[in-house]
Amino acid sequence: MTALLEVSDLVKTFGTGEAETRVLRGLSLTLKVGEMAALLGPSGSGKSTLLTILGTLMKPTAGSHVMLGVDLVAADDAALTTFRNLHIGFVFQFHNLLPDFTALENVVFPTAVRAGRETPAARARGRELLTRMGLETRVDFPSANLSGGQKQRVAVARPLMNRPDLVLADEPTGNLDRESALQVMDLIAEINRDEGTTFLISTHDEKIASLCRRQIVVKDGVITG
Amino acid sequence: MLYALKIATRYLTASKAQTALLVLGVAVGVFIFIFMSALIGGLAEFILSRTVGDISHVTITAEDRDPAILISPEGHVLAVTERGRARTATLAEAATYLPLIEAVPGVVAVSPQITGAGFLTRGAQVAQVSVTGLQPGRESAILDLDGYMTQGSVRLGSGLIVLGETLADDLSLRLGQTLRLQSSTGVSAVLTLSGIYTTGNGMIDASSTYVSLSTARTLFALPQGVTRIEIKLDDLNVADATARRIRALTGLNAVPRTDGAEQLMEALNAQAQTGYFLKSFALITIVIGVASALLLSTYRRRPEIGIMRAMGARRGFVIFVFVTQGALIGLMGGVSGAALGYMALLPFPPRDAFEAGTLPMDITQGSYGLAITLTVIGAILASILPARAAARVDPVTAIGQ
Repeated sequence: MTALLEVSDLVKTFGTGEAETRVLRGLSLTLKVGEMAALLGPSGSGKSTLLTILGTLMKPTAGSHVMLGVDLVAADDAALTTFRNLHIGFVFQFHNLLPDFTALENVVFPTAVRAGRETPAARARGRELLTRMGLETRVDFPSANLSGGQKQRVAVARPLMNRPDLVLADEPTGNLDRESALQVMDLIAEINRDEGTTFLISTHDEKIASLCRRQIVVKDGVITG
Repeated sequence: MLYALKIATRYLTASKAQTALLVLGVAVGVFIFIFMSALIGGLAEFILSRTVGDISHVTITAEDRDPAILISPEGHVLAVTERGRARTATLAEAATYLPLIEAVPGVVAVSPQITGAGFLTRGAQVAQVSVTGLQPGRESAILDLDGYMTQGSVRLGSGLIVLGETLADDLSLRLGQTLRLQSSTGVSAVLTLSGIYTTGNGMIDASSTYVSLSTARTLFALPQGVTRIEIKLDDLNVADATARRIRALTGLNAVPRTDGAEQLMEALNAQAQTGYFLKSFALITIVIGVASALLLSTYRRRPEIGIMRAMGARRGFVIFVFVTQGALIGLMGGVSGAALGYMALLPFPPRDAFEAGTLPMDITQGSYGLAITLTVIGAILASILPARAAARVDPVTAIGQ
């Protein structure tokens, strides 16, 4: 498998002077195309910071970050926004859906915001994804009226709209019961298998991590295993 | 940007009560703007109509010749003709100039007149009066005599006279009665009272009389020409320029009313300035209201803005969403306020029927289009600060909230 992204000697500090906190301490990592990896580690180890940097929402203090051959450390905000829209998807722990929009409108958002409108093709793709998530009867439901599990499945479907190369999931099942969590993981595994999308899933749950083919352990800001 | 419009609309409709209150606030501001425009405009109209509305805006008078002097061969002045109070100079070629003056832009009425003084006699009663000879058909060209008539008709024919109610009461006159008018030149005429008016101006009602131009010719022994030409304009503010133009065109002594009316013009300008201030305050209120409401919305929607940014929404997109919300609020508030203002002004009498004791509101001076345009522009400007704040939201911090 070819490398999708590569970060090396990644350093991230917050604050200055005595209040300075070094969260990442020279972390290096390579993810290959089509991988499904779990990111494990105790709280405060730097998992969320690493995901945030990999998602181009934050820049590292030092180190390199290259994805699909693009130097993302040197890119400006507009370039990063476009890159993020086309190549990276996010699944958050608390679904983070847009509350005033329907399930379909939430899913279609990443495509519509780029095209400037909701195209029929985008809506068809959105319906297809929601059907795949078992939400075909909830397509036009306001997202606020969905159950917790349904919301999280919409949140899994949303980053897939633009067929991204990488989906970063931060505790995607952390807020769900065991049954719902396993359902969501089944869906992620299915998409990984069928579409070749690379997943990096941050979790504390050993069971969830065991469903991934690779486990990456972060401790004190560096990869330990 | 159709998609940004959809999101902006969705945000506004998601909080209906909040949006309705905001639009109402803007509408009230626009309503005040329109109400003030109609009031200030109507008031100015009212004051003008009551002060200079019934008088000539530009007047052409014949220039008196120098008094004749009899000088002896030795150069001594033997006799000088004393200048009389009565105007004797005439505009002999007035008829030639009338079409030329009427064609000047801004001129709405031209009235050639013969004016002079005289004595009105009814039995043993005598009153000193001013006499104005008007051309039939142009009786109401300057002073709206027709509008002030309380009895009879303003139509002046040969042998007819129209006078004020106070004068009629003083001489115990009734319509159809005959009276004798003797001019300052000593010519007398027996006239029939054909109309009585009340202008509300004590001087005019007590001492002014109107006869036909032909009657005045007889009374003042002027077989041709007139003593003055009065001109009314559609805008008093251009009286100076129009007078200059008429002087250049005709060579006649055209004098604008604004000579001597500076205080009135200053008062009207001050009133207009006051109106601008009040309308500006209304607009500022709108801007502050929209800005504060959108800032609040920006703060409330920080997590959503963070998600949008994470999903690939550019800063410009976020700015457009919030600016569009401001524009929509401005448009809805502007149109609602304008409609409210128009409906509130409907019960007031039209400008032609202003009466003392009522608010002189002029519905035609509501500045509706201007109010809506300024409101939309103001709301857009007001939304720029919240929109920029929204675009600066850090997705990492916002999503973590």
